[in-house]
Amino acid sequence: MEALIALVIGVLVSCGVYLLLRARTFPVIIGLTLLSYGVNLFIFVMGRLRTGVPPVVSKGDTSLSTTLNYTDPLPQALVLTAIVIGFAMTAFLLVLALRARAELGNDHVDGTAGLGEKPVIPARPLAEDEV
Amino acid sequence: MNHLLIAPLLLPLLTAVLLIFLSGRPLVLIRSISILATTLLLAVAIALLQIANDGQIRLYALGNWMPPFGIVLVLDRLSALMLVVTAVLALASLIYAARGTDGPGDKLHAMVQFLLLGVNGAFLTGDLFNLFVFFEVLLIASYALLLHGRGAERARAGLHYVVINLAGSALFLIAVSALYGITGTLNMADLAVKIAQLDPADAPIAATAAVLLLVVFGLKAAIAPLYFWLPRAYASASAPVAALFAIMTKVGVYTIVRTYTLIFGDSAGELANLALPWLWPLALITLALGLLGALAARELRIQIAYLVVVSVGTLLAGVALNTEAALAASFYYLIHSTWICGALLGSLFFIAAVSVIGLPPLSGFIGKLLLLSAAGTQGNAIWLWVLLLAGSLTTLMALSRSGSTFFWRGEGDVVSVENRINVDAGKPMAQKGELLAVIGLLLCILMITLGASAVLDYTQALAQQLLSPEAYIQAMHEFTAIEGN
Repeated sequence: MEALIALVIGVLVSCGVYLLLRARTFPVIIGLTLLSYGVNLFIFVMGRLRTGVPPVVSKGDTSLSTTLNYTDPLPQALVLTAIVIGFAMTAFLLVLALRARAELGNDHVDGTAGLGEKPVIPARPLAEDEV
Repeated sequence: MNHLLIAPLLLPLLTAVLLIFLSGRPLVLIRSISILATTLLLAVAIALLQIANDGQIRLYALGNWMPPFGIVLVLDRLSALMLVVTAVLALASLIYAARGTDGPGDKLHAMVQFLLLGVNGAFLTGDLFNLFVFFEVLLIASYALLLHGRGAERARAGLHYVVINLAGSALFLIAVSALYGITGTLNMADLAVKIAQLDPADAPIAATAAVLLLVVFGLKAAIAPLYFWLPRAYASASAPVAALFAIMTKVGVYTIVRTYTLIFGDSAGELANLALPWLWPLALITLALGLLGALAARELRIQIAYLVVVSVGTLLAGVALNTEAALAASFYYLIHSTWICGALLGSLFFIAAVSVIGLPPLSGFIGKLLLLSAAGTQGNAIWLWVLLLAGSLTTLMALSRSGSTFFWRGEGDVVSVENRINVDAGKPMAQKGELLAVIGLLLCILMITLGASAVLDYTQALAQQLLSPEAYIQAMHEFTAIEGN
């Protein structure tokens, strides 16, 4: 299972980095999302992989006394925090990318249309209520 | 436990929430609440500075959960100093913004308070994952602040800034969780203990995590290959926001100092001082490239943004020397450079600020002089001499060039300095409040110049405290022993 998880994380991160280096905002956002999936899995796995064992050990329970018999709950709490933050950031970035497209007239990350390419839509200033 | 320790977090948080609910009410109400809260924050920060000045390290367990599992806030000389520097800068920016640059809308004040929450949290926390959370708080507030108002340039610079910081956050998480995976703790003091007793087989993983952390903090601090986002972002932000951003690179420098003196310091066994060989050349390259950027800049605000990069390079050179004298000089220079860059970025071009930048009687001079005397003349230190001295001259040249093109640009009549500033800002009249804020910051700089010996005594003690991380670890153990029962 370790090898499989490592492979999954590796594929996610490499796809994420590849997409992150693209010149359009949409692939960049997808890339960041994939990267954060990979990172979230990595955090989760840092608590070691165990199946079918509880994360919380009650005081009198001696059958679960060794670390092999329970799963570390802390990375699960950490990954939850990371997921929430990552989700909010992605939402923010999506709105920003849309705004950049509206204001700059194209979806290039540098805000300049590529060679021999016409702007997708004309750049226009945002109206007061869109800010 | 001293409950004052959590005030720098609660105060901006509650103010921000209040300001969001007050949205739509008269602007004067929102501005006065925001400025009042920041003044209070400054008072709290000064009180904490006095408390921390006795050399003890104080802890505050959030929710009374004991370390290493609970999250703690830690107040030592360094974090207290950073709180004061932040509060002074924030107060000046808010007074400046209250003269009309906080529009459109009334959300800027709430976002500034959220930013202060994040910055203060990053300075106070004693937990690595909590540091990540506070980083995200300050980052999302800074994204919103950077994009505040309209303009294609802002959207463009904002996109770069947000994407690069999100990528940085991903790296931060990888580093933090790798450290957790091998040590089983996230508390900084406990990490220091565990790293010192690390199994040699795990050392490469810890070293990887440590270098990844350096990349992340370097990105925040804008060190050599990672500073390209900074000039554009700072130059396109509105004036009070850009002034406030002068503290953001210092957060990066702070975390570098904290991490590499405490966790990966002298006592870290195999990983002792592993960042130092990287920091020294990177600092010098940052310094050199920042200077070239300042010389080549064709716009004043880009030039000043490069001066921020220069100040980061100078600071890191002092950190990389890793001696008490160099650290003391660095932190003196940090106070000076944060406020001066704030004043410069905020006021576009203020003649008094320009004359301060490197000229003898003022604090920039004292900082650089101390740094050079701490560096000595042995070995590699010679490069610092060359760069720092050539750098001062270059800065002077760059600023006098832009000063002369700015003030003697043929536009007919002789206009007073004050009006010129506001012509550039697109405003018809001199705004007294804005000048007040900038003059306030300059007065603070004058104060640290005149009171240099007192400030230096403090930074000297601070450096001493930083270089003996045992005290920090000891404080954590004693705290757990006393409060845990």
